[in-house]
Amino acid sequence: MVAGTSEGDFHAGLNFAAVMEAPVIFFCRNNGWAISTNVSEQFRSDGIVVKGRAYGIRSIRVDRNDALAVYSVVCAAREMAINEQRPILIELDEIVYWKNARNPVNRFRNWVQNYGWWSEQQETQLRNSVRKQLLEAIQVAEKTEKPPLSEMFSDVYDYPPSNLEEQEKHLRETITRHPNDYPSDISV
Amino acid sequence: MALRNIIGKRIGNGIGLVGRRSLSTSTSDVENRNAKSMNLYSAINQALHLALETDPRAFVFGEDVSFGGVFRCTTGLADRFGKARVFNTPLCEQGIVGFGIGLAAMGNRAIAEIQFADYIYPAFDQIVNEAAKFRYRSGNQFNCGGLTIRAPYGAVGHGGHYHSQSPEAFFCHVPGIKVVIPRSPRQAKGLLLSCIRDPNPVVFFEPKWLYRLAVEEVPEHDYMLPLSKAEVIRQGSDITLVGWGAQLSIMEQACIEAEKDGISCELIDLKTLIPWDKETVEASVRKTGRVLISHEAPVTGGFGAEISASIVERCFLRLEAPVARVCGLDTPFPLVFEPFYMPSKNKVLDAIKATVNY
Repeated sequence: MVAGTSEGDFHAGLNFAAVMEAPVIFFCRNNGWAISTNVSEQFRSDGIVVKGRAYGIRSIRVDRNDALAVYSVVCAAREMAINEQRPILIELDEIVYWKNARNPVNRFRNWVQNYGWWSEQQETQLRNSVRKQLLEAIQVAEKTEKPPLSEMFSDVYDYPPSNLEEQEKHLRETITRHPNDYPSDISV
Repeated sequence: MALRNIIGKRIGNGIGLVGRRSLSTSTSDVENRNAKSMNLYSAINQALHLALETDPRAFVFGEDVSFGGVFRCTTGLADRFGKARVFNTPLCEQGIVGFGIGLAAMGNRAIAEIQFADYIYPAFDQIVNEAAKFRYRSGNQFNCGGLTIRAPYGAVGHGGHYHSQSPEAFFCHVPGIKVVIPRSPRQAKGLLLSCIRDPNPVVFFEPKWLYRLAVEEVPEHDYMLPLSKAEVIRQGSDITLVGWGAQLSIMEQACIEAEKDGISCELIDLKTLIPWDKETVEASVRKTGRVLISHEAPVTGGFGAEISASIVERCFLRLEAPVARVCGLDTPFPLVFEPFYMPSKNKVLDAIKATVNY
């Protein structure tokens, strides 16, 4: 999203990708906002494409509400990135503010339906099936146990150093003395 | 035990005198076959050559590394291993480290050079929030253990604010990385190879003052020295001194003078600051009952504070005197005032005597 382009990492990343000739696609979604911050409080450049160009990266702006356009652009970008071994930047811009008529998902669905590749009935079936899967997934997730306490100390390093072993031992002693301080759904 | 003989005088204007005696490595962790006399940057250079030779997926990159580096540590690497493996990066530390993390995450050995430790701070977010947490936050699905960041650190006589810093304490506060500091050429080669091959991201600070000044017999073969193992480089019974890097040679000079006053000093090279070898230091303090820590970095919040707190926790009833710290002052590293700022041999010696006579 567009606000991230103000971060130093963005500039470092673009510059390195350009110098290293890395086959990377920088995909930037611009809806004009970062939480409550409008783009005019974020930057004063003409969007993001000019930033990509400033680093020597071929850049393109596309209407983010047009699924087909985005698809074409990404296909072309991918080919260019791989065949020419270079980074590409794609800015997905809110060319016109989307509300119902410009809703990209609806627009794409209408286009697909007009070709007879999709129907209202299939839509209903898909929505029901996905809803069912989601509800099942939520149930499974809710039943899944949280990781045991030992997982807190593993993977800080490849093997726990002595200071972590000490701290784990000490913590376990504390838990034994004050079990009510700790959530009961984590096994110690 | 002649640490001081391997380096030229650092006090005042002395940048001459290079001793040729072999360095104190009291426990011979390295066999001496085919050893050659060389300085610190040459020893580091050898380690890098070996690292790239033994692992085709090892890379060296950073500002100016291609022509050999501003301190000559990367001499000959680009010629020998090619531009695809040894290359310059843009002047951007957050980029250098971020790029290194990505390279390491794909299973490569990424050896990143930061030109001076003073410039490492733009990379701090990458080191703390990305590198240090990579394995943990992915539940060990991914890691960037192949990353080693090397940076010259420490006073050099004329470095001022931005070419003299010792930032190790900032990194010692970060779970997930290791911090290693060698005291000499022979140590540097073995420790650097261990760091490069360690499956955790490591920050390796090289004492720049010793790049040319420290000369030692360094074995030519591939050898590694263990991380998180401190070394007693001078045996003693009255007081334990703990240090790392270039400061050890100053401390050794103080130990030798203290000996003349009948004070027997035990000197420990910590080598790895995190995770650090508490056992070795504790065992020594149990023997001597006194401890003094010395580092160039400012005293407040320096790593000496961690060592002090841990030793007091473990050895309180054994201690005969408060833990002493002889460190840099709480100022930005000064230019003309450097001689006043530094934890000199006499400051260390005064503290040894005060602690022993407490």
